[in-house]
Amino acid sequence: MKQSPLAAIHERLGARMVPFAGWEMPIQYKGIVAEHKAVRDGVGVFDISHMTQFEVRGAGAGEWINTMFTNDVSQLQDGGGQYTLMLNEEGGVIDDLILYRLDEERFFLVLNASREEVDFSWLQNHCPEGIDLENLSADFGAIAVQGKEAKSAWELVEALKDLPARNGIAEFLDGDLILCRTGYTGEDGFELFAKRDQIGSWLEKILSIGGAVPCGLGARDTLRLEKCYPLFGNDLDEEHTPLEAGLGFFVKLEKEGGFIGAEILKAQKASGLSQKLVALKASGKMPPFRPGYSVLSSEDVEIGTLSSGGMSPTLATGVGLAYLPLEFATPGSELILSIRDRSYPIEVVKKPFV
Amino acid sequence: MNIPEQLKFLNSHEWIDVSSPDSAPVGISDHAQEELSDVVYLELPEIGRQVSKGDPVAVIESVKAANDIYSPVSGEIVEVNGALEEAPEAINKDPFGDGWMFKIKLSDPAEAETLLDASAYKGHIS
Repeated sequence: MKQSPLAAIHERLGARMVPFAGWEMPIQYKGIVAEHKAVRDGVGVFDISHMTQFEVRGAGAGEWINTMFTNDVSQLQDGGGQYTLMLNEEGGVIDDLILYRLDEERFFLVLNASREEVDFSWLQNHCPEGIDLENLSADFGAIAVQGKEAKSAWELVEALKDLPARNGIAEFLDGDLILCRTGYTGEDGFELFAKRDQIGSWLEKILSIGGAVPCGLGARDTLRLEKCYPLFGNDLDEEHTPLEAGLGFFVKLEKEGGFIGAEILKAQKASGLSQKLVALKASGKMPPFRPGYSVLSSEDVEIGTLSSGGMSPTLATGVGLAYLPLEFATPGSELILSIRDRSYPIEVVKKPFV
Repeated sequence: MNIPEQLKFLNSHEWIDVSSPDSAPVGISDHAQEELSDVVYLELPEIGRQVSKGDPVAVIESVKAANDIYSPVSGEIVEVNGALEEAPEAINKDPFGDGWMFKIKLSDPAEAETLLDASAYKGHIS
């Protein structure tokens, strides 16, 4: 089990630790609901040291990675970032990631911890000569500072280092400190990457000077689910395409040079999707949604399973995501969720929940 | 850690007060509610149901997970705490009081001797 460089601080703060993607990480401190609300109403801070970081360097790096990902890398300026997906030859999702352009020949990638080895070997196997792919994950720790007060918290900590613009990236201290204006909560905020031996002091400052509430992976999951951000391994996998996942906005089918999986996606678009990842919400009082629960049509026929599910602290109701046949995927569609052999009415709603 | 002396416990953190064996209240310990945190839903058994010691009889759900509640003894469910369906957070606030879940009529009061007493339970969780 890999240890976060922030483990000692978690212990002092009374975190409950759980295994996650090969790492021991905090699931919660005081409680998921309180942490969730801290991020929605003020500012919270998460340990995201488990996340994977790669750097791609060299002449022609941008042209090459543009063929590896669905979004259009050529639209990025220096210091810009974009959400994008890496697909296999069949159009299935290998991983979703944020890609940042540091400069014309240097790109910073933030990927899922659970996919570190798969991602690295996939990219390595496609990497042309003269371009360097480096896995920086072991060098960096990271925290995500999230909430409408995230910017003012940072200004209290480090007034002279400006946060980058939305989705952007900024390097400081010769690359020992990287700030990215992104997150996974739907609130304003930033992710801070620092060398492993320095990340602890940044977290201490964010907590004591910035006043951020420590938050665990539990709140991270409820926050992202309320915004319908997909989670790799739950809502994204190699069996589903980003079009089916409702991520067409991040797929540039017509971009110059194409990308791996593009032909399959074009064909899928032309023939029409057969299924789609939809947002489902409880119609009345019922148990919280959990991944794996069966979704039934109003005629009691099983039509899918929840890929993600939970209780929305903001709405105080069960919410979830599921791939469903297109005929059931329209908002307003009334369906049934089977929980411990009982049927509960649910409905398809527009994304996001909150 | 607050553990009332008169209660008996299962390793799985249910408590029972057998001082009224015809209507013995069952709940979960303070330690268990703290581990669960944020109880958001409770599925209670039906009144009149006959249960055996160790049967899963209720489901308690926190934001993160669903957990079975096991009956500490055999007998008949004679009452459930309906107030928890509207306000399950009472389990977090008052696990040994307002947070009781159901009452059971013991079919074999001697079974209570097989349960952990307060000090043994304290040893179990520390």
